[in-house]
Amino acid sequence: MELDAKIPVTELDQKWADYKNHVNLVSPANKRKLELIVIGSGLAGASAAATLGELGYKVKVFCFQDSPRRAHSIAAQGGINAAKNYQNDGDSVFRLFYETVKGGDYRSREANVYRLAQVSGNIIDQCVAQGVPFAREYGGLLSNRSFGGTQVQRTFYAAGQTGQQLLLGAYGALERQVSMGNVTMYERHEMHDIVIIDGKARGIIARNLVTGKLERYFGHAALICSGGYANVFYLSTNAMGSNVTAAWKSHKKGAYFANPCFTQIHPTCIPVTGDHQSKLTLMSESLRNDGRIWVPKNKGDKRRGIDIPNEDRDYYLERRYPAFGNLVPRDVASRAAKERCDGGYGVGTTKMAVYLDFADAIKRYGKIETGKLGMTDTKNETITELGKEVIAEKYGNLFEMYEKITGENPYDVPMRIYPAVHYTMGGLWVDYELMTTVPGLYSLGEANFSDHGANRLGASALMQGLGDGYFVIPYTLSRYMADEIRTNAISTSHPAFDEAENGVKERIERLMNVRGNESVESFHKRLGKIMWDKCGMSRNEKGLSEAINEIKALRKEFWGNVKVSGEILEMNPELDKAGRVADFLELAELICIDALNRKESCGGHFREESQTSEGEALRNDEQYSYVAAWEYTDSGEILHKEELTFEVAMPSQRNYK
Amino acid sequence: MEHYTMNLTLKVWRQKNRQEKGHFETYDMKDILSEMSFLEMFDVLNERLILENKEPVVFDQDCREGICGACSMYIDGRAHGPWQKNTVCQLHMRAYKDGDTIVVEPWRSAAFPIIKDLMVDRKAFDRIIEAGGFISVNTGNAVDANSTPVDRAKSEEAFDSATCIGCGACVAACPNSSAVLFVGAKISQLALLPQGDPERKARVINMVDQMDKEGFGNCGNIYNCEAECPKGISVENIARMNREYLGAFSSSEMQTRPNPAKHNGV
Repeated sequence: MELDAKIPVTELDQKWADYKNHVNLVSPANKRKLELIVIGSGLAGASAAATLGELGYKVKVFCFQDSPRRAHSIAAQGGINAAKNYQNDGDSVFRLFYETVKGGDYRSREANVYRLAQVSGNIIDQCVAQGVPFAREYGGLLSNRSFGGTQVQRTFYAAGQTGQQLLLGAYGALERQVSMGNVTMYERHEMHDIVIIDGKARGIIARNLVTGKLERYFGHAALICSGGYANVFYLSTNAMGSNVTAAWKSHKKGAYFANPCFTQIHPTCIPVTGDHQSKLTLMSESLRNDGRIWVPKNKGDKRRGIDIPNEDRDYYLERRYPAFGNLVPRDVASRAAKERCDGGYGVGTTKMAVYLDFADAIKRYGKIETGKLGMTDTKNETITELGKEVIAEKYGNLFEMYEKITGENPYDVPMRIYPAVHYTMGGLWVDYELMTTVPGLYSLGEANFSDHGANRLGASALMQGLGDGYFVIPYTLSRYMADEIRTNAISTSHPAFDEAENGVKERIERLMNVRGNESVESFHKRLGKIMWDKCGMSRNEKGLSEAINEIKALRKEFWGNVKVSGEILEMNPELDKAGRVADFLELAELICIDALNRKESCGGHFREESQTSEGEALRNDEQYSYVAAWEYTDSGEILHKEELTFEVAMPSQRNYK
Repeated sequence: MEHYTMNLTLKVWRQKNRQEKGHFETYDMKDILSEMSFLEMFDVLNERLILENKEPVVFDQDCREGICGACSMYIDGRAHGPWQKNTVCQLHMRAYKDGDTIVVEPWRSAAFPIIKDLMVDRKAFDRIIEAGGFISVNTGNAVDANSTPVDRAKSEEAFDSATCIGCGACVAACPNSSAVLFVGAKISQLALLPQGDPERKARVINMVDQMDKEGFGNCGNIYNCEAECPKGISVENIARMNREYLGAFSSSEMQTRPNPAKHNGV
C-alpha cells in the first residue's frame, strides 16, 4: 500500500487553517448517532474523549487501571511547552516548530510539528480555564522555565507534578461528560483485539479484568491512545502496567508500526540498585536548569562527592557543549553519561552513575534571597538555608522522592543519576489526520509516531498528547465521520465479532495451558536485558542480529515454559501481565529489525557504525530521510517508506556546542 | 547509606473475592534487602508463590513512584505504612529490621468493597468527581491564559489541594471511613481559583450529596486523614468545604436543597 500522509498542499503556516476551513462537518443531530471507542485515559485519551463527548458523539473509554485518573501521564513531572512568548524572549510558533524538528533530528513530519506548535498556546488557555494550578509569578501571571534543547523559557509547570495537574484537568472534563451521559467509562478493562468489518475498524474485544470475561463493543471508529512501549525494556520509567497491547493488536490487524527503534533514554533517573529492581524513577529534566552534572576528573576517585574539590571535577556537559551546557537534548546528555561511566569515571557503588549537583544553585539563589531581604553581612549558613528554600519551592517533591528511594538527602549531597528508558517516539503510523493505515482506526499521543522524530524534547509529550486530543482529532475525525452518518450501529453478534473473540479466547487459553516452570516476570526481565544490552543507548549490527535471534528463542521458550497462575474467570494480574509480555516479545523483534535497517545515527537511535570523529551521532539524510513504516504479514514484517521532505526547517547536523 | 538484609514474618490478608470470607496468611520472608521497596518485597513473595503453585497476592499498583494513587495497603494499622507523607510503593525496606512481623490488610471501608486480597473498588471517588469536581468549560471556550491574573498565594494553596492522588488513604485511616479530606481537597482547589467561582455553590452541594450517597461515614475531627495522607493534604480543606457548603445554603437560590445539617461532612 502506498503511504499517503494527506498533508494539505499549501504554505506550511496555512496548512492547518486551510484543513479546518474545508473539512466536512457532522451536524449535532447526526453526532448523537455516532459511537466512538477510545482506548486509554491518559492525556491523549481523556482529552479526546472529553472533547468528542462535548461535541455530542457517544464515547466509550477503556482503561486497565481502576480509574481513568491513574493513567501514566500522571507521572510526567517537568512541564508542558507552548509558544506563548509570555517571557518576551524571542519565542514564536515558528521557533517551537523549528526546535522540535531539529531536536527530533529531522525525522519528523514538518506539517504535523507545525500544527502542534500552532495549537500549543490553546492548550495552556484550556488548562487554565479548567482550573489547572500552574506556577505563577507574584503579579498573578503564569511562570515559565527552560527545558533541554531550547534557548527560550516556554515551559509551563506545576512544581514537579505538571502531568498530574494536566491529567486531573482532563479527567475532570472526562467525568463531566460521564455525568452528562456522553461518555461511558470502562475501568479495569483491557483491549485484546480490534474488530474489522469491510475493511474498517468497527469495534473491539475487551477483557473485563475483574470478572475475566470477554466483552464486545461496537464503534463507528476507534482511537488508540494507549501510550508508549518503553516497558519492552522491562526496566523503564513507565508504570508497571504500561503496555503495547492495544497498539500491537492494531498492528497485527493492519496498522503499520512506524520507527519502532526510536526509543528515548532519559539522562536523569535514579540508578539501578540490584536484581530486585522493578522499575526506574525519573528525576525531571527541569532539574538540569539548576543542577550541574559532573564526574571526578580522576578514574576511581574514592572520595565522597562533596569532598571532591572543584578542580578535581569534570563538568563534562559544560565542557563538551558550552552553548547549551547542562541543557543539551536528552539523547546527547544520555550518551555523554554513558561515555563517562564506560570510561571508568562513574560514581556510587555500581559506578554506573554521575552526579547532579545543586550546591552552586543553592548558593546562587541564597545570595539573591539575602539581597531581596536587604540582608548585609550574611553568614554562609543563612545563604544556604535560604537557597535551599528556593530549591524546595521549585523541585521539592522531586527531592523528597529521591530521598525516599535512596535514603540520601540531595539538599546536602549531590544526586546520583543515570540514563533510563523513558519514552518511545515510534508508534502506530498515522497520517495528518491521525488515522492509521486501517480506515476508522486512529492513534493519538505517545501511541502514534508523528511529532517527535528520532528524539523528543522535554515538556513536549504533554503538549502532543493534549494537542492531539483537544484540538486535532475533533476536526480530523469529523472528515471520516461525515461519511458514516448513514452507517447504523452494527450488532456485536456480527460474525467478525465472533471471529475476533474466538481468537482472543484461544490465545488466553493457550497462555493458561502452557503450565511451565518459569514466571511471566522472569521472562520479561530476560527480554529487558537483551533489549538494554543490545538495543539500548548504543547499537551495532552484530548486537542487533544477535538480539533478534535471542528474542526469537526467548519467545519460543515463553510459549513452551511460561507459568501463569490462577484462573481465567477471575481477577488475575498474572494473566494480564502474561498477555502483555507475549506482545512485548513480538514487538521487541521488530524494534531490533528496524534498528538494524537504519544504518545511521539519529536522535535516540545511535548506531556505532555511524558517528563523527568526535563521537557525535552522524545522520545519513541521503539514505534514511524517511519514516520506516512496518506492515505485519504472516510471513514477516514488510518495510514501507514515507519519504520526509523539508521545505522550511532544512536539515543540518545538530550542533549544541 | 548502610545496606543490610533481614528476615521477616509477613501476615497478609487473603480473600478470594467479594463474597467469600477472608483470612490472614503467614509467610516467612528470607534475605530481604534494605534497598528494596515494599512492593518489590511483594514481588519476591509472589514469585515464590507462583513457583510453589500457589496463588500470588493481588494488590493494586502501577506507577511505583508515588503519584498514580493505585497502591493501597494498610500496614500494621497504618494506611501506606510507617513513613509520613508516603505511598506504599515508595516505602522502602530500610524502614524495617531483622525479625520484624508486618501485618498487611486492604483499605477497609463499606464504600470500598474488596475485589480480591488487597485490592478494593474505589469507583465511589470517581462518582464524587462526576457530581461536580470540575469546571464546566468545553474545549475551545477558553480565553488567553494570562487574561485573568490569579493571586499567587491562592494559586499555590489551590495547587496544594490539587496534589491529592485519590488513593483513599484518608478513608482507610478514618475510624468512620469518612471521605471529607478527598472531597474537601477538590472543592478547595476549585473554590480558590477565579475560574471555579461560577459553579462553586452547586459544586459543593452536589459533591457532598454524592459523598453521602456512597456510604462514607461522618467526620469526627480526629484528623487521622491528614496524618496518613501521602501528599500531606491539610484538614483545612475540610474546614473550607464546610464553609463552602454552609455558604451555598445561606444563598437564596439554593434554598430548595436538602437540609445541610443532615449531611455527613459538617
